[in-house]
Amino acid sequence: MGFLERLGHFFDDIGLIRIGSSYAADIDFLIVLVTLVVGVWFVAAELIFVYFIMKFRDKGDGRRADYIDGKNKRHKKWITYPHLAVLVFDVLIIVVSFNVWHKIKLDLPENPDCVIRVTGQQWAWIFQHCGADGELDTADDIYTVDELHVENDKLYHFKLEAKDVLHSFSVPVWRIKQDAIPGRSITGWFQPTLTGEFDVQCAEICGFGHTVMQGTAFVETAEEHAAWVAANTPAEAATPTADNTPSAR
Amino acid sequence: MVEPAVDLTHGHPHDDHEHHGPQGWLKYLWSTDHKVIAMQYMFTGMFMAMVGGFMAYVFRMQLAFPGMNVPGFGMVSMGEYNALVTNHGTIMIFWVAMPVLLAAFGNFLIPLMVGTDDMVFPKINRLSFQVFFVSTIVILASLVVEGGGFAGAWTAYPPLSANETYNLTPLGSTLWVIGVGLEFVAFLLGGINFITTLMNSRAPGMRAFDVPLVVWMIVVASILFMLSVGPLLAGAIMLIFDQTIGTGFFNPATGGDPILWQHLFWFFGHPEVYVVLLPAMGVVIEIIATFARKKVFGYRIVIFTVVATGVLSFFVWAHHQFIAGIDPRMANIFTITTLLISVPIAELCFVYIATLYGGSIRLTTPMLWALAFVAEFLIGGVTGIFLGAAGADIYFHDTYFVLAHFHYTFFPIAIIGTYAAFTYWFPKMFGKMMDDRLGKWHFWLTIIPFNMIFIPLFVLGMGGQHRRISNYSGFSELARDGFQDIRVFATVSLLIMLLAQLIFFYNCWKTWRSGPKAGKNPWKANSLEWTTESPPPHGNWHPDEMPVVHRGPYEFSVPGREDDYWPQNEPPRRDS
Repeated sequence: MGFLERLGHFFDDIGLIRIGSSYAADIDFLIVLVTLVVGVWFVAAELIFVYFIMKFRDKGDGRRADYIDGKNKRHKKWITYPHLAVLVFDVLIIVVSFNVWHKIKLDLPENPDCVIRVTGQQWAWIFQHCGADGELDTADDIYTVDELHVENDKLYHFKLEAKDVLHSFSVPVWRIKQDAIPGRSITGWFQPTLTGEFDVQCAEICGFGHTVMQGTAFVETAEEHAAWVAANTPAEAATPTADNTPSAR
Repeated sequence: MVEPAVDLTHGHPHDDHEHHGPQGWLKYLWSTDHKVIAMQYMFTGMFMAMVGGFMAYVFRMQLAFPGMNVPGFGMVSMGEYNALVTNHGTIMIFWVAMPVLLAAFGNFLIPLMVGTDDMVFPKINRLSFQVFFVSTIVILASLVVEGGGFAGAWTAYPPLSANETYNLTPLGSTLWVIGVGLEFVAFLLGGINFITTLMNSRAPGMRAFDVPLVVWMIVVASILFMLSVGPLLAGAIMLIFDQTIGTGFFNPATGGDPILWQHLFWFFGHPEVYVVLLPAMGVVIEIIATFARKKVFGYRIVIFTVVATGVLSFFVWAHHQFIAGIDPRMANIFTITTLLISVPIAELCFVYIATLYGGSIRLTTPMLWALAFVAEFLIGGVTGIFLGAAGADIYFHDTYFVLAHFHYTFFPIAIIGTYAAFTYWFPKMFGKMMDDRLGKWHFWLTIIPFNMIFIPLFVLGMGGQHRRISNYSGFSELARDGFQDIRVFATVSLLIMLLAQLIFFYNCWKTWRSGPKAGKNPWKANSLEWTTESPPPHGNWHPDEMPVVHRGPYEFSVPGREDDYWPQNEPPRRDS
């Protein structure tokens, strides 16, 4: 693993939050990069600030303050050059941020292995899985409440919807977050890379039970997932409509 | 702009308002004196700060010890928790930061600093406070009505805020919107006075660039407020209609759009950050110049930078909505504008630091607060870069990282900035000197716990903890022991910080009882408010002693002068 890739795994390495999807390390790399860039400025500014306070403190020796109005170029450059440098670093951050944003939110990788529909409602997540055929809105779709089952390393598209108020679909380990809006269907993607059980949070306050709008994402190996699909595929091939969507608690 | 301003009120006998008005306590209720109105705003704001601080105490206790019986409140239900965080945010911004920094200090300082006897429209000024007072009663009432206070976050996103079947607080949510709307009206009325008084009532000889920076900043903040609040006021009325008479402006089922509210709210909401930031930055530069005995480094740079920040602040609002379902291509534009705004803000910080260079710094209590503002606000500024970069915001949005970030901006503004201003102008407002030793204890016991509250919360945010959730025990990744320890640590720090405020109140009480007299100019500062008595009489100066201005406000340590300060009104020597 190269040095830059290592940086993207920093928060995983220190045990704060796992890397669980194909783009999680891209976001973490951006965060580390911003930390380094602004960190240098921040530490420099605070050090100079504290140094000035100590050096120019009135020590009772009768020394007068200097008279500097900041109008001549020799003085002004101490403001001008740093602020041009801030601009340059801003551009660096903007470029990397664009790349991450485009990869996750603008470019939709084609030919997903499965499409799922995620619906937020007060106060539960409804997951409509594609089932064995990999297609959504077919007879073998599997509906669950608060439990998302996906297969590791597969490419998923999701269609995010809301029934009543705003919700926000967030799986921190995947670094994914998108608001769900009633009346719209928002498409996005993710590709899990780590098996296990992970929290699904609602990240937008949605009323009284916002706290208990908790879900779990189960990322399974191919065999485990096939077994789950086989065990949960509806026996009859009923056409899914809004009526047979399981209602919330 | 550089011609001496025409003064409408100078030298006229000051008789008509007040002297024939009501007497006794009614005098204060109906007073048009800008200093009395300033005190009314200040004490209302401080009272509301206690209300908002109590709310923080209750929900931090719930987070540290879920399900506990919080002393003074009781068990915190999920709905009550939501109402507490909602109204903590609403009150701290609209009923603490704005009335204290903008209205109280704007009212107190502008006429004194530009050398006039009162605001241009004293009765509009009085109306402003009266409307504000009504709004305060409305927001407090909204907390105790049937169903409880509004619980849809201070951003009040519909459809949750628009429909009582979703928010379960039919009265609380409507009163909340009405209260906020009235508050906006109050500040529009106040802003008219700030702008017109600066433009029309400056003392003879005071040119535009002789005006102290804090006055400039309060006036620019008022202009920002007036330009940004209109759309939200319209939005608030639409929201009230949605709540009460069944319209569907924000309801997708009837062709409305919930995202519309977010645009209206943040088009106001982001400039609002600068509405409260600028007065605090102005206060801080006044104090730094006085106690460093230094001329401000680049007075005009500061003004132009502030105006540039104000203009830019109208083009960054959608950075609150990167993942809200707006067209993802918009994020590119708003990432650029958001990161660009870091340039003028960084420049202001550089100017403040540069002003210290070569100074003769006296670390009085107000100076400690002012310096702490710069040091702490820098943290708020640099953490904003993470959130302005849309790629990183995918992860950070609505986490505790955001929460810690904006508390590192709003706490320096509303609390540190206020204490800086309060301790600096206390001698002028009340005529007595506060105890410096108690002031320093209060300072350190506020600043250290403040950092101990919010630095841990950055870590929780990085760990994926979202906001506005009353109990994390249901999330396996967030219920870890280490994380719960962090929550307890932050809560204990908050308790220490809240207790430390008792030192401040004791200091005020002690000073009020037995503090030494301040005299006209205890800090040896230059601006005009220090040329009159402490506290200033009605009309600010005796009619035949109205000040005339000869120079800018920051002529400290001028070579060749015996004193290291040079008041704005002191006539130049004949031979110079």
